[in-house]
Amino acid sequence: MNAPDQGRFALDPARHGAAIALAVIVIFNLIVTPNFFQPQTLFVNISQMATIAIVAMGMTLVIATGGIDLSVGAVMALTGALAPLIFLSDFAQANPALGLIAAIGLPILIALCCGVFNGLLVSRFGVQPIVATLILFISGRGLAQVLTNGNLQTFSHPSFSYLGTGRVLGLPFQGWLVLIIAILLSWVVARSTFGRQLLAVGGNERAARLSGIPVHRVKIGAYVICAGLAGLAGLIVVAINSASDAARIGNLMELDAIAAAVVGGTLLQGGRAPIFGAILGAVIIQLVKYTLLANGIADEVALIAKAAIIIAAVYLQQARKE
Amino acid sequence: MTDLIEMTGIGKKFAGVIALSDANLSIRPGEVHAIIGQNGAGKSTLIKVLTGVYRRDAGDVRMAGRDLSITSAREAQDAGIATIYQELNLVPLRSVTENVIMGYEPRTRLGLIDWKAAHARTRQILTRFGVDIDVTRPLGEYSTAIQQLVAIARAVSLKAQLVIMDEATSSLDDQEIETLFSVVRGLKQDGVAVLYISHFLDELYRICDRVTVMRDGRTVATHDVADTTKLGLVTEMLGRDAGEIQAAGLTALSGGHSDPGPVLLQATGLRTRTGLRGVDLTIRKGEILGLGGLLGSGRTETARALFGLDPLVSGQITHHSGAALDNPATAITQRIGFLTEDRKVDGIIPHLSVRENITLAILPQLRKGGAIDRAREREIADHYIKALQIKTAGMEQPIRELSGGNQQKVLLARWLALEPEILILDEPTRGVDVGAKFEIQSIIRDQVAAGLSVLLISSEFEELVEGADRIVVLQDGRSVRELHNPGLTQDALIGAIAQHQNSEVAA
Repeated sequence: MNAPDQGRFALDPARHGAAIALAVIVIFNLIVTPNFFQPQTLFVNISQMATIAIVAMGMTLVIATGGIDLSVGAVMALTGALAPLIFLSDFAQANPALGLIAAIGLPILIALCCGVFNGLLVSRFGVQPIVATLILFISGRGLAQVLTNGNLQTFSHPSFSYLGTGRVLGLPFQGWLVLIIAILLSWVVARSTFGRQLLAVGGNERAARLSGIPVHRVKIGAYVICAGLAGLAGLIVVAINSASDAARIGNLMELDAIAAAVVGGTLLQGGRAPIFGAILGAVIIQLVKYTLLANGIADEVALIAKAAIIIAAVYLQQARKE
Repeated sequence: MTDLIEMTGIGKKFAGVIALSDANLSIRPGEVHAIIGQNGAGKSTLIKVLTGVYRRDAGDVRMAGRDLSITSAREAQDAGIATIYQELNLVPLRSVTENVIMGYEPRTRLGLIDWKAAHARTRQILTRFGVDIDVTRPLGEYSTAIQQLVAIARAVSLKAQLVIMDEATSSLDDQEIETLFSVVRGLKQDGVAVLYISHFLDELYRICDRVTVMRDGRTVATHDVADTTKLGLVTEMLGRDAGEIQAAGLTALSGGHSDPGPVLLQATGLRTRTGLRGVDLTIRKGEILGLGGLLGSGRTETARALFGLDPLVSGQITHHSGAALDNPATAITQRIGFLTEDRKVDGIIPHLSVRENITLAILPQLRKGGAIDRAREREIADHYIKALQIKTAGMEQPIRELSGGNQQKVLLARWLALEPEILILDEPTRGVDVGAKFEIQSIIRDQVAAGLSVLLISSEFEELVEGADRIVVLQDGRSVRELHNPGLTQDALIGAIAQHQNSEVAA
């Protein structure tokens, strides 16, 4: 029997599972959690979810090539530490506009360089992705702490803080950012040659190479996009808090991002890149955190709950295999 | 004398397909016994029935006169049967000693592993094989040959009565093969029987006592090696009459010539690390050039070298465009396609749709400002699904859901969509059903009539002989002869392959 004619974005069991989980969590909250159905709750969750979602989308691309990027949290720390250093400098104080551009552009540029570094190690030098990205996982955060002397930087910079606290049409700015990035990346995955090449490399690298696909360049591209998005997420976290602590920005983010991608239906062996699935995963993870927090359950328990979600997601993926 | 192993009337089916039928094998104690046969003749299935990997559907297996029923590797080991696979099942990061004694460690009185005794025993066993290495070092630090010897040492230390060696020499160099052979002779002296599976007939004459020939899941004959000729063995493997082959082989020299077009690609003296040792060939426009030879003769390696996958150690590939074909992307730009032998490993992208799989190699042509021109893509996919009569629920169906024959047609479409000038086809009809096979062959024929040049690799001599205008015969990584159509017969081709084998024995 053949499956009916369906596109890549049709519902499949893994995604059904995530959607059902989301529905269950929302219904549970509506009944149990006080003040859940309030705009304020929505705003808090959107702004918290946004960083996970942005990083998870990049992670989805990397996982789609059959790789993994453990360095995203460290890259966040790096950009998050750099931005205040730049806009608090004398130069930026003298030229506010130029300073703001530099404070956003330069850290992102450095994040992209981190991506090139990861990508080169994985593709050109054939280092296993876990090991390759472990290098920046360790040294990236170290570098961030060296840059800031391990100090907490606090600041008041309204235009920069717009990244984390601004509102557009009443909803948090970073929520819109997530939407824009998701639409862009979905287009890339579904319509662009790069996206097709990405899925081909992840689906069967040998066959992709035999079909003339520049496997190395495609992999580097995925790591660069992932690092760039992580860099952006680092800026958002700092903007939300109006403070930058290199030791804490993006801490354990790699695990949240991987979990969100997996819950969203990304296969760890590569070949699929459900971008909106990653957002769904991020929403679920954020809501679980929030549910437990709002009901006075300790943060430690939230970690266990996250693990349970990952187990359920992986189980669904296994069950789906033919 | 009682045979050590006696397998009679073995039958085995996989999902209704007969893999073995009425296969017989007898191995005497202390002999080196070879099994030869073409790919798919049933050699490895027979071994796996013996070692308990597969359960037989019919027949008896006896060891030293007693019924034998083995269902696991451990049981085989305990019965005295050890298997040395081509892919070694040892632990490279652990020491040589640990690999040899694993599962059978000598203990001290306290129940701990007695390392002194273990090292001493390992050293002693290896010395018998003339191997003097530091047994405390990790196994992975040593060459494949040493590792293979360690695997044999392990077998011997387990008091194996039968050592099965599956393609043991395929990754060894000449000197390492020598060492291995002396170990095999040593085993024989100790009364251990060796079952030897190899594609290389030369090896068989050097160390084997008897040989069993398999064809189409049956054991055709068992001979004393001393009584055989290479020509005789090849003809038995292929199922032809020896006299006929020799006669036909001689007349093939005067074969005809097809209408030669301009030369598109010329290869001279190709040598690679993958085993090519001097391949010359010329591909002309609008012809099918066949590559003939037995398994391991270098056919696929030649194709890979021409497509820029394996770097050349020496030799030259001259393409009429002047481009250097040093990677697949360049070859594809020069409109050269390569339909690979292993559909699953080198061909399909399982999660992608039929449409996406068809257009994979022409993505650069479909690019329109970074995006894929969807309309053209659909048009092309639709065209080839119709032209090749690919049975699919629609172009959006994932390719993994298609049958083998239809997957193969999709992959053929991938390369035809390139509108290639030269198409390399490695076993284009292997593992597809008869209907699809016929269709694929006629598609290729039509394309050639329209000016395509094909380099055809096929283990089916019928396909080669009927399809090819010329056939370059390969042996041991060298091109040894060229045969021409018309006037080419299967027997002539087999003769060319066999004769060369035979003349080497005489030389």
